[in-house]
Amino acid sequence: MTSKRTKWGALAAVGILVVAFGWLIYGGLDSNVVYFLQPKELLAKGAEGYDKPVRLGGQVKPGSVVWDDKALDLRFTVTDGTGEVAVHSKGAPPQMFKDGQGVVVEGRYGRDGVFKSTSLMVKHSNEYKAPTEGERPAEMYKSLMKSTGT
Amino acid sequence: MTRLLAFDAIVVALVITSLGAVLGPVAVVKGRRDWLGYLYAAVYTNFVLVTVSTLALIYGLVTHDFSISYVAQVGSRATPTFYTIISLWGALEGSIVFWAWVLAMYAAAVVWFNRKREGNLVPYAAVTLLVVTLFFHILLVGPANPFQPVFPVPFDGPGPNPLLQNHILMGVHPPLLYLGYVGLTVPFAFAVGAMLSGEVANDDWIRLTRRWTITAWGFLTAAIIAGMWWSYEVLGWGGYWAWDPVENASFIPWLTCTAYLHSVMVQERRGMLKLWNLNLMVGTFVLTILGTFLTRSGIISSVHAFTQGTIGYYFLGFIAVVLVSTLFLVAGNSDKLASEGRLDAPMSRETAFLLQNLFFTVFMLTVLIGTLFPLVAEAVRGVKVSVGTPFFNKMSLPLMVALLFLMGVGPALPWKKAAGPELKGKLLPGVVLGVLFMLAALFAGARNAYSLLAFLFSGFALGVNLDEFVRGANARVRAHGELWPVALSRLVGGNRRRYGGYVSHIGIVLVALGVTASSTFKKEQEATLKPGESITVAGHTLRFKTAWGREEPQRQVIGATMEWMDGDRVRAVIEPRMNYYPTSQQPVPTPEVKSTLRGDIYLNLMAFKQDGSNVTVKVIWEPLVPWIWLGGFVLCFGAIIGVLPQRKRYADAPSEPAPSAPQLAEGQP
Repeated sequence: MTSKRTKWGALAAVGILVVAFGWLIYGGLDSNVVYFLQPKELLAKGAEGYDKPVRLGGQVKPGSVVWDDKALDLRFTVTDGTGEVAVHSKGAPPQMFKDGQGVVVEGRYGRDGVFKSTSLMVKHSNEYKAPTEGERPAEMYKSLMKSTGT
Repeated sequence: MTRLLAFDAIVVALVITSLGAVLGPVAVVKGRRDWLGYLYAAVYTNFVLVTVSTLALIYGLVTHDFSISYVAQVGSRATPTFYTIISLWGALEGSIVFWAWVLAMYAAAVVWFNRKREGNLVPYAAVTLLVVTLFFHILLVGPANPFQPVFPVPFDGPGPNPLLQNHILMGVHPPLLYLGYVGLTVPFAFAVGAMLSGEVANDDWIRLTRRWTITAWGFLTAAIIAGMWWSYEVLGWGGYWAWDPVENASFIPWLTCTAYLHSVMVQERRGMLKLWNLNLMVGTFVLTILGTFLTRSGIISSVHAFTQGTIGYYFLGFIAVVLVSTLFLVAGNSDKLASEGRLDAPMSRETAFLLQNLFFTVFMLTVLIGTLFPLVAEAVRGVKVSVGTPFFNKMSLPLMVALLFLMGVGPALPWKKAAGPELKGKLLPGVVLGVLFMLAALFAGARNAYSLLAFLFSGFALGVNLDEFVRGANARVRAHGELWPVALSRLVGGNRRRYGGYVSHIGIVLVALGVTASSTFKKEQEATLKPGESITVAGHTLRFKTAWGREEPQRQVIGATMEWMDGDRVRAVIEPRMNYYPTSQQPVPTPEVKSTLRGDIYLNLMAFKQDGSNVTVKVIWEPLVPWIWLGGFVLCFGAIIGVLPQRKRYADAPSEPAPSAPQLAEGQP
């Protein structure tokens, strides 16, 4: 008799735990899933797109970069050819950051129409591609050597 | 030549493992124990053959034999020899060779040590090991063949992935991980062997594999910590854990394995949880294969995910086979797995273990769901998503805090009966230390509730676990008049698993303190500096002296010389760098860390003007981070204590309190 009751009690306890756990997981995932989007996809979301964690991928629009190296304040535009999103980020960009470069910025799109970035990554393929003029390490290295006289 | 030798060795090994896997069951069913010699010979021969193949591949790498596809893929004449050798595990195919070799080694060793045992447990375990080995051999002759011919033979190769040749820890983390991951095949094989032979009713499969499990757990623990260390030293973001799918892949089986190490004690002491333990071990193995699938199939992108191809299907197929067959086995044996004991008192050691298992399982499920969710979302809804760190932090913080608490309260609770009045005395040192830690954190400015609780329970667990040593040694001193250090060493030597476990608890506390302190008090700042200018972060002043360049055989290096100032005195010189490898457009950031016991100064060179007139550096003050690595060493030390052979028993101290049958049943193999 008691064992039967304990069994039901245990089953109920397990059931409650499972439901609680599932609810917690669901809530946690719902608010913390980061979407990978391109500018046009983000803009297409309209008001839905504001203040949600997003990874925005695209190219740095040539001529859009404004970099203040004292305040470490960086503004640029990410484009996918169709849509454009203004991005604001703090901190120095990666060494390879430049016009036309593929980038992934993580952050949230604010209601002021500016994407506040918390992290900025340069997208590069793992395939080997010959570096273009001026970005060859040897040249960077030489110019540095010349100027510092070491 | 080398290529053919290496490849043929694997082909022969494949044939021999297949023969062994068929012969074993036949021998057992027919009752021909004299055939078992051939079964075991297959295990040993496989080890020899895979060793030949592995050495041949290493020889090919070192001699730059670019006619071997794997060497052509990862080798380069300019790479230093050390990184050439370790590029054995720098890409998919080589890592499978290495995996097969570690598995062959484990299989040969465990069969050798248990070959004389009566019964069918060991033969079936050997067969299981051969079947798993067979899977990796199939990969090696099929989708992950490193020994394909290359024609025309190139003169030079691209060299390993720059990230994988930039730090010496790359020579440490992967082998440790394989030794841990693959080692978990041993207890799994014995669990399957126990089910096949019908020997699940006794605990033999657990006892025979106890040391192997602790060994594998120790390697896996060391591998996870070494991976954190590598990420910290190499990736330049100043963190050590990002809930990256690859990190999770190593962490998930660690959680179930740690749960298992605790719950088997309940089975050995009380005859409970037999079914659960069997499932935990099978689950742990499946999770290691799942982890390998995640990291090796290219289904997720990271430094660990090497390539895309058909190999993922092989892994999925293997996982399905393992799951279905073990499910049938467990179901077929369930009548033999009834609990002998029952939970007698709610405030006993068993309850602590049960709760610990519950929390570890929930933790595992959380990380697993968070890791797999992006795959499911992409497959079902076609959206590309990732699960952010906040999810994992939010879900895991309460669990970690609760586990720290249990780690403190568990060792103080007696088996079987409810805790008596002596409990207060046992908890007192922990409570004192915990409150001290929490007050110190409050004083230092911590206000986050989880962080304060983590400090409180870290101190609590540290106090209780340390007190176990003091208490036990004191009792010996009183009873036998031994010197204190002698008493301590005999105490530990007399019950290695128990005290090894407590040592590991102390290691966990050190890790927890490092993690909590660094996530609570970390300070970081970036600045663009001209020579002579300085920046101050958390009271530490860094002065930029000069930028420089240097040519090395395999790479070019650009660095900044920074001086950590102590007033006008230079306390240390730190040189963060950027390494340029010819195969990569992107420089590899190479931060430099100066460690003190109080914390690290972490410098990363973010950018530089090509004329050297200024550099942008990120300065991070990382409190107590070295404690994490120290804790890792202590954890491994605990595992080593647990694995070493039990020394002859010294008389037990009569006043050793609480456990009704002092230690005996708990510690004896």
